[in-house]
Amino acid sequence: MTEACEILAASDSLAVADVSVETQLAVEKFIYRQAEILDEAQTDDWLALFTDDGFYWMPAEGDQVEGDGQPNIFWEDQGLMLMRIARNTHPRAHSQAPHNRLSHVVSNVIVESENADGDVIVRSRFHCAEYLRYEIRSFAGKYRHLLKKTPDGYRIALQRVDLVNREGPYDYVLQWWL
Amino acid sequence: MSWTKEQLAALVEPDRAHRKAYTDPEIFDLEMERIFENTWIYMGHESQVKEPGDYYLAQIGRQPMVMARDSKGDIQVMYNRCPHRGAQICTARKGNTGKHFYCSYHAWTFHLDGKLESMPAKREYDGTNLDFENPEFHMSRPAQADNYRGFWFVNLSEGGPDLATHLGESTAAFDQLIDRAPGKETEIVGDCFRMVQQSNWKIFLENQLDASHPGVTHESTGKAAQQLEAKIRADGEEPPLELSFLTAFADLGHDGWTKFGTVGYPNGHSSLEGYMGLRPDDPDTNEYVRRMYEAYGEEKAEEILAVDIHHMLVYPCNSVQPPLQQLRTIRPLAHDKTLTEIWHFRLKDAPETIYRRSLAYYYLVNSPSTLINADDLFNWWKCQHGLTSSASEWVSFHRKAGHDEERDGVTYSAPDSMSELPLRHMMHAWRDYMTADAGEKS
Repeated sequence: MTEACEILAASDSLAVADVSVETQLAVEKFIYRQAEILDEAQTDDWLALFTDDGFYWMPAEGDQVEGDGQPNIFWEDQGLMLMRIARNTHPRAHSQAPHNRLSHVVSNVIVESENADGDVIVRSRFHCAEYLRYEIRSFAGKYRHLLKKTPDGYRIALQRVDLVNREGPYDYVLQWWL
Repeated sequence: MSWTKEQLAALVEPDRAHRKAYTDPEIFDLEMERIFENTWIYMGHESQVKEPGDYYLAQIGRQPMVMARDSKGDIQVMYNRCPHRGAQICTARKGNTGKHFYCSYHAWTFHLDGKLESMPAKREYDGTNLDFENPEFHMSRPAQADNYRGFWFVNLSEGGPDLATHLGESTAAFDQLIDRAPGKETEIVGDCFRMVQQSNWKIFLENQLDASHPGVTHESTGKAAQQLEAKIRADGEEPPLELSFLTAFADLGHDGWTKFGTVGYPNGHSSLEGYMGLRPDDPDTNEYVRRMYEAYGEEKAEEILAVDIHHMLVYPCNSVQPPLQQLRTIRPLAHDKTLTEIWHFRLKDAPETIYRRSLAYYYLVNSPSTLINADDLFNWWKCQHGLTSSASEWVSFHRKAGHDEERDGVTYSAPDSMSELPLRHMMHAWRDYMTADAGEKS
């Protein structure tokens, strides 16, 4: 198994860790900032949110515990994330014109665990409205972040995103991460 | 209006089709009656229902159908409808129904082959016309259901050619999905992705073999993949093969696509030759070829691997990409709305790395986050909107029209061209289906 998936799978997804107010606030700030980077289309700042071997993962099925080697809605490393940014910002990314806009609200932030190194597993809920081609679409679901503590602050080793309607059908393509 | 056969025939000319074929709801109803409920339509693969009680739902034409594995291990296809009051029996798209089907309205139960089993207070039917042996009180069966090597099709009407005859040359697609496995079996992986296209079903089929669109539609994704390849090379590594699935859209350029021929077969089927060069000289591929030699012998294995089909269109419902084990099937919902199911397969006894190629294509091209189909879906939606305009009545299929070659009922595209042969070919088949006399099949 992928190490990060294994760590997430081993963590009790309903656990509530007893963390300091400082940790709670720092974790919340990081997650809110990630949403803001998407909402404000600050694509230059996106990759730095992740560790070098970090993954953004949206499983296709709810009972999945591994992303590698399985069908997923998203399973992207730094390389594929870089490609997605390059593609979506290309002048002839036809279906991105006019550019879409996202607006996230992230809440219900609960730290599941914090280890001796300060790495945390945190879950939260999100609502996201996407405006594309003069129509609005709505997404909702759960985030679980495995955050590594580094001298520069938290970095995402793995972000798992479970959409409430993950089994589709999809009358759209998710061109940006949610 | 009510369309006469003459009027329908007039919608298709040798090098163009009338926009009403894509935009008229009445024509859509006629298509359901004369095509989707009158010929062989794909239901699913046998590996979707492995155990007794496993079932899978799909809409064939306008009919809700269920495919199930019965207690003897045979596959049964039935209408997903209770003969009592008409309620749908299964509601979850797939699952296991146990030892029988159960209707949640009045608890009628049915054997896994659809025969009526029981209901509460059964004796109250004594002395009535309800007969447990009468198929009228069973889950109804389609007129015809058959499979080609485990790929199940349904024909809701009697008559016409049998499945193998109907499929004709397009069976190569299914043969390739199986024969490329050293273990000589193929198995569906997980659930499908389902995408709703806001466009007419024909627009999708036409796009699949349209060699002149990829370099334009997918330029941004091809270029982005080229950038990533360059970055990986700059870091001193070799880019993974799957990136070439995307860079092909930019690498080939407009003229590059003229190398790949298209072929039109009887009954509307057609194919586009492969272009991805999926037999690189790397250890993974060589190990795969070694296993193929071991399973089939060198000569037969080479014969299987030499078949180079990028897309086989099985008219009117499937688009199959055998070298990458992808299969898409369409379920038209309205004149401007089409559901697609996208499946991929695992070749038995092939190295895991070969499955990973299939999975990578499934992700990059067919998942709900694909940057390839994102632009396709957008184009199809734009076409559907544009065709509601009366600015012009016609859709043009003029590219190399009149220059295709026909030999023994098979049409070959003019050499070194991006001929619109498949588009013409499919619309001609469409006209034949739509104007056939009642009871007659094309």
